[in-house]
Amino acid sequence: MITSNIPAMALEFGLSRSEYELTIEILGRQPNITELGIFSVMWSEHCSYKSSKKWLRTMPTEAPWVVCGPGENAGVVEIGGGKVAVFKMESHNHPSFIEPYQGAATGVGGILRDVFTMGARPIANLNSLRFGSPDHEKTRHLVSGVVAGVGGYGNCVGVPTVGGECTFHKSFNGNNLVNAMTVGIADADKIFYSKAAGLGNPVVYVGSKTGRDGIHGATMASAVFGGDAEQKRPTVQVGDPFTEKLLIEACLELMATDVIVAIQDMGAAGLTSSSFEMAGKGGLGMDMDLDKVPQRENAMSAYEIMLSESQERMLMVLREGTEDQAAAIFEKWELDFAVIARLTDTGRLVLRQHGAVVADMPIAPLGKASPEYDRPWTAPERLEVIGLDDVPPLDNPSQALKTLLTSPDLASKRWIWEQYDHMVMADTVGGPGGDAAIVRVHGSQLALAITTDCTPRYCQAGPRQGGRQAVAEAWRNLNAVGARPLAITDCLNFGNPERPEIMGQFVSCVEGISDACKALDFPVVSGNVSLYNESDGQSVQPTPAIGGVGLIDDLDATASMAFDGPNDVLVLVGDTTGHLGASLYLREIAGREEGAPPEVDLEAERRNGDFVRGLIQSGRVTACHDVADGGVYVAVGEMAMANGEIGADVKLPPDAGTPHGFLFGEDQGRYVVAVREMVARAILKEADSAKVPATVIGNTGGDSLTVDGDWAISVSDLRAAHENWLPNYMAQD
Amino acid sequence: MTAAVIVFPGSNCDRDAAVAIEHAMGKAPIMVWHRETDLPDVDLIVLPGGFSYGDYLRAGALAARSPVMSEVVARAKTGVAVLGICNGFQILTESGLLPGAILRNAGLHFVCREVALRVENNRTKFTDRYDLNEVVYIPVAHKDGNFRAVPETLDRLEGDGLVAFRYCDDDGDPGDSPNGAARNIAGILNDAGNVLGMMPHPERVADARLGGTDGAKMFDGLAKVLA
Repeated sequence: MITSNIPAMALEFGLSRSEYELTIEILGRQPNITELGIFSVMWSEHCSYKSSKKWLRTMPTEAPWVVCGPGENAGVVEIGGGKVAVFKMESHNHPSFIEPYQGAATGVGGILRDVFTMGARPIANLNSLRFGSPDHEKTRHLVSGVVAGVGGYGNCVGVPTVGGECTFHKSFNGNNLVNAMTVGIADADKIFYSKAAGLGNPVVYVGSKTGRDGIHGATMASAVFGGDAEQKRPTVQVGDPFTEKLLIEACLELMATDVIVAIQDMGAAGLTSSSFEMAGKGGLGMDMDLDKVPQRENAMSAYEIMLSESQERMLMVLREGTEDQAAAIFEKWELDFAVIARLTDTGRLVLRQHGAVVADMPIAPLGKASPEYDRPWTAPERLEVIGLDDVPPLDNPSQALKTLLTSPDLASKRWIWEQYDHMVMADTVGGPGGDAAIVRVHGSQLALAITTDCTPRYCQAGPRQGGRQAVAEAWRNLNAVGARPLAITDCLNFGNPERPEIMGQFVSCVEGISDACKALDFPVVSGNVSLYNESDGQSVQPTPAIGGVGLIDDLDATASMAFDGPNDVLVLVGDTTGHLGASLYLREIAGREEGAPPEVDLEAERRNGDFVRGLIQSGRVTACHDVADGGVYVAVGEMAMANGEIGADVKLPPDAGTPHGFLFGEDQGRYVVAVREMVARAILKEADSAKVPATVIGNTGGDSLTVDGDWAISVSDLRAAHENWLPNYMAQD
Repeated sequence: MTAAVIVFPGSNCDRDAAVAIEHAMGKAPIMVWHRETDLPDVDLIVLPGGFSYGDYLRAGALAARSPVMSEVVARAKTGVAVLGICNGFQILTESGLLPGAILRNAGLHFVCREVALRVENNRTKFTDRYDLNEVVYIPVAHKDGNFRAVPETLDRLEGDGLVAFRYCDDDGDPGDSPNGAARNIAGILNDAGNVLGMMPHPERVADARLGGTDGAKMFDGLAKVLA
């Protein structure tokens, strides 16, 4: 590793020529290898957001209930009762493709740390997974490893995995996406931040020892894959959920005292980014003795210690003189505890090892000079709207329903979520499989509703509408269980930003997200960007995954999608034109990936959502489901399958024209609501005065699904086929 | 009556058990850290679910050697009720308080779902509130729940009424077990009947809000019997 050819090293570390010259300007000399490593990870795309920050700044991040927006470890919103919800979603795409089990596991570990670093007890995990085509030779192996890794970590730590999504598309053949979200609860007056303060205060390292794993992981995650992805396996970290569990308990125990000044987890770029971030935010310096850093292996170099991404480690600044009190807690939990640095007023990070200074770098200039690019981008092409008469009509709508419900994207994901402990902590009121998970705030009547959403094929077909739709769908899913949507976290997964068309997708999706956040009062409070999800020139479909959090004030006023009984009236809320462009019907039945995605009318979205939430809160809804992939008939089918026995008859409206548009079109802003017959008329009247389109489209009953009394398909058969697809697929060799 | 919940490093259902106990007994249990060598005077000891020591070596193997366990074993021998749930069951077999061993699930995956159980013996401190052969629904969440023992031991457990719960279908007939356990055994008692180990989690269905109260019957029964 020791080499005198620093300029060549710089390129190998992923720095551009001009970035390397900047390091010389900042230091006033050539950097040594340790310093060069630090520059390269701090300025990597993964840590610096150099391609994206110009656009991230344009997103709405404020609302009266937002306590802390982007820039800290996680976002914070008020939920009443003196409590706050703390949450964030993060990607672990590149490592999960190289080594699916550990990549996914450490993704979960990392996001958990982001949340408990802020003083919150994690109460729920979710994940958004995108895999390549089921026909691709690697897909089964990746699904198996990622699911086992997510479960292996979350189950052991004892935080329930309550929801998520999983879809497949060939664009992910060479780059799967693994996005993990954690939600925690903290006392509103006990939130911890990362800004260091207090000259001379001790800087303490806690958790696992530092080893030679994950060195340069952040750099690996900032490049496209060629054919050599597997050779990058040594850059993937190895997780230890047992240590994480101890770390959670020890940190929360210490946080109950008043000794912590600032705290930051060691995530990407490990000790480097955590020390720069804490000292940088406080405008201070740090004098660090690397010999004090707990090490797993002998003779680690300064470079290795600073660049290691060993997991389950935290850095904190304590009040002077409280070291023994803090050490006792970590000793009880059998975790390493070491004072490794002191805060200084030099504004520099000075690293010492074996009695010599091995790095000496100014902190503020390194951050300030952190590159920011206004990358060229081209506006995405506007695709034609596909007319209904351009799509062949149906033979049998119920057969089409079955085809859709057994297609990889809509098939039951039970095989996945039964491998996750979704009940531990005994507050999961609504687990996986619903529109949004419902997790009770321990010991109260309050609950959080949580969902993750994105429709990559819409984002591909029309990035701005796709960005809007991702946010709107999250908002809709929270309304559909009766929750008041509060805020989102986003995880923006795209290809290579150096290509103008990819940058154009990014810019347009961000614009779409911003449109929806503004219109729905649903701000972004935390997030993560993952670029370079691209292999051999094939980029993933743009996937801005949205994690939405909403508040349920009264657990007695919620809804689930399962039919409650026969003879209920089905009311469709929202306008239907029969939009089939970029729909699942078009892809799965007609075999075409074409056309503009559905438009998202955000004013209508808001009116319809507010109306449905009000209905649920008024206690008159017996079941509710948003209309998403596959349209109205799929929504009704899912409501029937959730019950398991009760069917429904869907009546085509007289003006439906070609039935496939009405049954399978994916117009946005819609919900199917089941209500008792005697309240249906009043509800339609209320909708009318709220200017919300609402029509009766059928009723529940029988044990089959039918359209105008015809094309019967049994709910139990449909459910069996829907449940069997994934287990059968995973059982193949 | 007084209960204690033992907390090992990596226990993660300790709070859930405490909530269910407090709900049934009107009094919070004492939480006992695994390094304690003394136990307070209690009527019930619960070894909760979780991943003590990360399941390293073998599930329950390291926790069975924790300092507090010698006292738990001693108390069990004096007749104090001991309930081991999931990882707690694994610790009980590893510490020799219950026979047999618990292996990796037959399907090799972690399984979290509600299962149907048939109550095989309702004349115990733990199952007093259930009917004999009653079908109850209690979730499992484990990767290692495949109970195994030599045939003679299994025969003896069955012959002496020491099988407390068996996996079954909705009608109470033998059904698919979630883990491949021998003779569909989900929970067993020691000879004296004061130690119960079971893979399913009764504390997760002790609150109607969470989808069931079949587990509450166990804690209610213990509260009554041990009062």
